[in-house]
Amino acid sequence: MKQPRIIIVGGGLAGLMAAIRVAELGVTVELFSIVPVKRSHSVCAQGGINAAKNLKGEGDSTWIHFDDTIYGGDFLANQPLVKGMCEAAPAIIDLLDRMGVMFNRTPEGLLDFRRFGGTLYNRTAFAGATTGQQLLYALDEQVRRYESEDKVKKYEGWTFLSAVMDEGGVSRGVCAMNLKTMEIRTFPCDAAIYCTGGIGAVFGRSTNSVVCTGSAQSALFQQGVYYANGEFIQVHPTAIPGEDKCRLMSESARGEGGRVWVPKKAGDPRPGKQIPENERFYFLEEWYPKYGNLVPRDVATRAIHKVVYEMKLGLAGDPAVYLDVSHIPAEVLDRKLEGILEIYEKFVGVDPRKEPMKVFPAMHYTMGGLWVNNKDQATNVPGIYAAGECDYQYHGANRLGANSLVSCIYGGMLAGPAAVCYSRSIEKGCDSVPASVFERERVRQQDITDALLNQHKGTENPIAIWRELGDVMTENVTVIRYNATLKKTLEKLDELSDRFAKINLQDRTQWANQTLNFVRELGNMLILARVITIGALARNETRGAHYKPEFPNRDDANWLKTTKARYDCGKITLEYEPVDTSLIPPRERKYTAAG
Amino acid sequence: MAENKFIVRIKRQQRLDEAVRWEEFELRYRPHLNIITCLRDIAEKPYTRDGRETTPVSYDANCLEEVCGACAMLINGQPRQACSALVDGLEKPIRIEPLRKFPLVRDLVVDRSQMFDSLKRTKCWIPIDGTYDLGPGPRVSPEVQEAGYPLSRCITCGNCLEICPKVNQHTEFVGAAIISQVRLFNMHPTGAMHAGGRLEALMGPGGIKDCDNAQNCVKVCPKNIPLTESIAAVNGQVLLHTVKTWLLGQD
Repeated sequence: MKQPRIIIVGGGLAGLMAAIRVAELGVTVELFSIVPVKRSHSVCAQGGINAAKNLKGEGDSTWIHFDDTIYGGDFLANQPLVKGMCEAAPAIIDLLDRMGVMFNRTPEGLLDFRRFGGTLYNRTAFAGATTGQQLLYALDEQVRRYESEDKVKKYEGWTFLSAVMDEGGVSRGVCAMNLKTMEIRTFPCDAAIYCTGGIGAVFGRSTNSVVCTGSAQSALFQQGVYYANGEFIQVHPTAIPGEDKCRLMSESARGEGGRVWVPKKAGDPRPGKQIPENERFYFLEEWYPKYGNLVPRDVATRAIHKVVYEMKLGLAGDPAVYLDVSHIPAEVLDRKLEGILEIYEKFVGVDPRKEPMKVFPAMHYTMGGLWVNNKDQATNVPGIYAAGECDYQYHGANRLGANSLVSCIYGGMLAGPAAVCYSRSIEKGCDSVPASVFERERVRQQDITDALLNQHKGTENPIAIWRELGDVMTENVTVIRYNATLKKTLEKLDELSDRFAKINLQDRTQWANQTLNFVRELGNMLILARVITIGALARNETRGAHYKPEFPNRDDANWLKTTKARYDCGKITLEYEPVDTSLIPPRERKYTAAG
Repeated sequence: MAENKFIVRIKRQQRLDEAVRWEEFELRYRPHLNIITCLRDIAEKPYTRDGRETTPVSYDANCLEEVCGACAMLINGQPRQACSALVDGLEKPIRIEPLRKFPLVRDLVVDRSQMFDSLKRTKCWIPIDGTYDLGPGPRVSPEVQEAGYPLSRCITCGNCLEICPKVNQHTEFVGAAIISQVRLFNMHPTGAMHAGGRLEALMGPGGIKDCDNAQNCVKVCPKNIPLTESIAAVNGQVLLHTVKTWLLGQD
């Protein structure tokens, strides 16, 4: 039998896990990544990875993990795969442990676990406060091992442009651009797995890495893959605002006892340390006595917005609150949180072991993404699979902290074998597809690039358009959404798209031209921004991270359904499909008491 | 010069076969500004200080929080990450150049793939039997974890190779980062079973013998990895391994 040809686009946790699983089946993988895979955005995950291993004698179980995840996601997630993920999680931790991840340990030499948001159990395994980095490295090392055995071939420094589609609407390959030579080339494959992460750049400054533009998802969407639940964007409550990005201060700071507060007196000019205990307002602990500082992220973020914008209690009148770990012994902080404290120290210049940190919410995670089925990460387009943050499947309307790493790895584990299985099942492989199909796509992509390079009358700067896009999306399409401002956002997106057509590339060289690549990404970002905004405008309810004061309640009768955006001839339309709630009946979500 | 402006000088080179030129940019100061934002400001208005239009500067960057290793470059002559290099702490005018020990791609972009190749050559991984469920990994004492974790934070930025006098055109020295990774994998209970192969990879040309103990590496590591301790430890392992192999070879 002929060997299937599998391509994986994206070398973060999901992509690497998929690659390992495919290689393990004896099938060669071609792995594409913009950056060397070891520099993928998964490195930024800090706090940990959830698995109900119940090593603390608390009676935790995979069912409770499943229930916490569904409840935390406000019942928008399809339940069977989430259950599968939670059941697989303990063995995933064991696997990572066997790969040599330097997880924190108990005195007995077992894995240590800590608490995270949206649960009452110590369920989060961690490696200091750089868990994502440690996990990514472990998978990177396994892939490097397969690479040394010629089972994985890496294409690092290539960016995905589009899928190669045949006449029958079946994906037959990948079209990519070399970021050094700017060469555009097609690569045949029977199945492609896209693990292209989040879309932070659509919001300008987020906690995401530079490569998280959503460009690949947008390109696939424009080629017929559904984009689901785009309107569900997680805004993390605690980040350090910055001009280039917002730097995450992990939920694990609160998991280890960190407290969020503001001075009770508005505009109190005293430094945080000098404000006595009885003059501090620990608003999360007061409003949510059961979960306290560990309410889910959407709840904490809205509370901070309320304190800052409605109650006007932001620090010295600024949009900021304290995240305080200064009461925790420095020895404990260094052992469990060093990675993030170091970030605060380096970028702000203040030692959080001594002073409370100043933080504010920032766009963090993309719950929505490429639509995949309820079984094996297949999208609606034959030959296209998706896994990791770029799929929509596991987190419903709000993701629980420390569930992203497990969902990435689980998605990758499913997608790899599924892609191999599909490739073996199809009658005609990519080698039977005429060369003209590939050439047509290559020429189409080359023409887009050439048009940009040859446009000499442009006046618009891509960075300026991108910064404006980020500002309008952050202001109108994150924490609080009003239909009037969402409509204005769509008008602004029209304006930006018009201006995008008049872009001035400013760099027309054919060698390591980063501007050209960025402009191509920006075009895709503008379309994805529209998908998110249209989805948010349509959904007249409040659910998880999607909050509309005009429609303050969850509306299961009308909105317990998945948004599916599709793209036809330049037009975005929305469809809906029911959510699979067959295992846990929806109930009211409130964190003032145990759920 | 107005008070809220400052000057950045950047070494530009479009390709290796083209001439080097230095360009000066005048940028608007804001508190907490880092070098990445400077490069983005230039991309938004790509005009030199004397008003000539130029191209945006090519540079590598990704996480912007000093955990991915991408944005290493020479800033005022020091190898460091551009994201964590804050304008406030830098002498002006700020000089920015690409790392010199790696092949140049363009402007500030260099090709560091040799480091990943070295990790391959030294077998820096734990050889697991498979991804199927084989139960928990070996128990690891907190002491081993606390020694291993700092080593596992290496971001492969290349600063330690850049500063090392023994990394040059005449040697193939792998550099401190790789040696430290060998130490990490030899420390792990499963990794230790395969320590010999890693040590042998460090025994030939370009291996640990090439280190001449300049101790510059440890000073430029953004993650404060005890690189010189790693080199000493692996040196000891290599000696022991040599003696063992020799003794076993005598039977």
